[in-house]
Amino acid sequence: MMDPITLLTVVVLAVFVGFEVVSKVTSKLHTPLMSGANAIHGIILVGAIIVAGQASDPWLLTVALIAVVLATVNLVGGFVVTDRMLEMFGSRKPARPRAGAGEDGT
Amino acid sequence: MSVLGPGWTAVLYLAAAVCFILALKGLSSPRTARRGNAIGAAGALVAVITVFLSAKLENIPLIIAAIAVGSAVAVPVARRVQMTQMPQLVALFNGVGGGAAALVAVLELGHSEDPWVRLAVVFTMLVGAVSFAGSAVTVGKLQELISTRPLLFPGMPVLMGAVVLGAVAAGGFVVATGSIGWAVALLVLGLVAGLLLVLPVGGADVPIVISLLNAFTGLAVAASGIVLGNVLLLVAGTLVGASGTILTKVMAAAMGRGVTGIMFGAFRGGSTAGSTLQSDRPVRSSSPEDVAVQLGYAQRVVIVPGYGLAVAQGQHTIAELATALAARGVEVVFAIHPVAGRMPGHMNVLLAEANVPYEALKELEEANPEFPNTDVALIVGANDVVNPAAKSTPGAPIYGMPILEVAQAGQVVFLKRSMRPGFAGIENELLFDPKTTLLFGDAKDSLTRVLGAVKAL
Repeated sequence: MMDPITLLTVVVLAVFVGFEVVSKVTSKLHTPLMSGANAIHGIILVGAIIVAGQASDPWLLTVALIAVVLATVNLVGGFVVTDRMLEMFGSRKPARPRAGAGEDGT
Repeated sequence: MSVLGPGWTAVLYLAAAVCFILALKGLSSPRTARRGNAIGAAGALVAVITVFLSAKLENIPLIIAAIAVGSAVAVPVARRVQMTQMPQLVALFNGVGGGAAALVAVLELGHSEDPWVRLAVVFTMLVGAVSFAGSAVTVGKLQELISTRPLLFPGMPVLMGAVVLGAVAAGGFVVATGSIGWAVALLVLGLVAGLLLVLPVGGADVPIVISLLNAFTGLAVAASGIVLGNVLLLVAGTLVGASGTILTKVMAAAMGRGVTGIMFGAFRGGSTAGSTLQSDRPVRSSSPEDVAVQLGYAQRVVIVPGYGLAVAQGQHTIAELATALAARGVEVVFAIHPVAGRMPGHMNVLLAEANVPYEALKELEEANPEFPNTDVALIVGANDVVNPAAKSTPGAPIYGMPILEVAQAGQVVFLKRSMRPGFAGIENELLFDPKTTLLFGDAKDSLTRVLGAVKAL
C-alpha cells in the first residue's frame, strides 16, 4: 500500500494533465483520440500479468489468464486500429491530386 | 524474475506514463497524431517488459501464451475491420478492457486486507462490470443486433434503484468481510446495471455513451492501480478517465446535448424517441442526369456526407465525383458535421481513407457562413445533421443540436435510400421544400450514376 497523500497527489496531477491534453482537440480527430485513449487503458494488462503470475489455484489462474487475453485484446487491438485510422489521415500523396486541393480558395 | 529492483521498476513505469501523456498530446493534432499513437504503444511495451522483469511471477509460459492468443485475436480484427464499423470495434475493445479490470480486482481481493484497498477493489469490479456490459449493449445497438431505439419497460427506474442499492450493500459486505461470494454478486449486479444504463439510450446518442464508458474503464483501471499498488495503472487510468470525461463533454456539446440528459433522459422519457414511420407527403424526385446537370454547371458545390455514404462504402466514389467536378472548374468542398457518421469525427476518417485532402474538409463553423454563396448542397446519406427541426421544433429529440444550414444554398439535392427518417427517427421538413430534389437509391449506386452523367456532360 502506497502512502495515501502520495496517491492523492499523483491522482490530482494526472486528472489535470488528462483535462489539459485533450481540451483543445479538433472534432476531426475525436474518433482516433477516443480509440487511442481506449488503447491506453489496455495497460490493465500489467495488472492482469501480475495476478496471473501470483495465482496458485488452477481456477484463479484460469480467470487471470482470461483477464490477460481480454487486456491484450484491448491494448494491442486499440493501438493497431488507431494507427490504421491515422495512417489514412497522413496519406496525402501529392502525386494523386484530389478534388478541391487547387480550387479551394477559401 | 526479479532482475529489476524497485527503483528501476519505478523509473521505467514513469517513462511509460510519460509516453501515455505524450500519446494523448500527440493525438490532439493531425500532424503529430500517428507519432503520438506510436509513442503510446512503445510506452505500453516498456511497461509490459518491466512487469516481467520486476515482479515475482510464476506461470510465465502460460501468460505469454495468453498474450499471444489475445494478439492473434485482436490484430487481424483491427487490421480488417471496415472503417464504417469503427465505433463498434472501439466499444468492443473498451468493454474487454473493463472486463479485464473487473477480473483483476476480484482475483486481488484475497490479497487485500486493508478496508481502503477493498473499497478500491469494489470500485474496480463495479465500474469494470458496468463498462463491460454497457459496451456490449452499444456494440449490439451499432450492429443493429438490438433495436437502436431506446428500450424501456415499466418499472425500469425501480429496478435500477434496486440494483444500485443491492450493489452498495454487496460492496459494503465485500469491504467488511472480503467475501468472494459477495464479490461475485457485486459483479453480477454491475453487469445488470451496465445493461440497464445503456439499453434506454437512443441510437444517435450511442457514440457519447461509448466515450463515457471509455472514461469509466479508465477509472476502473486507475482504481486497480490502488488495489495492486501500481503507480503506472493509477496514472494511466486517471489520464484516460479525465481525458475521456472531457472528450465526452465536448462531443455532447457538438450534438447540443448534455451528458446527464443522454444517460438519464430515457428514464424521464426525453431521449431520442421518435417515429420511424415513413411519410406519404409528396417530394420532388430527380434522375442522375438532372443531378449531374445541377452539379456540373454550378460554381460552388458543398457536399454533406453522412452515415448512409459510409454504409454504402461510397467514400471513394464521392471523392471521384468531387475530382470530376473540380476538373470542370466547380469549386467543391465537403462540409463535415462533428457527428457525421456514427461517431464524432468518423466521417473524417472515412474521407481520409478515400484520399480526400484535409483542406477540402470544412468543419461546421467554417461551412455554415458559406452556404448562402453555394449553388448546390449535395447531401449524401445524411439526414439528422441537416434537419431544420434542430432549430425550429423545440420538442424534437435533436433540438439544440447545431446543424449544417444547407437550406440557405441555392438548391438542395438529397441522395437517399428511402424516405425513412434518420438515426434519430424524426422527419426532415427540408425534404418537402420546393428547392429540394431527391435521388433515391443506395448512395454508392446513385453516386456512380451521377458520376457517369457528369463525365458525359
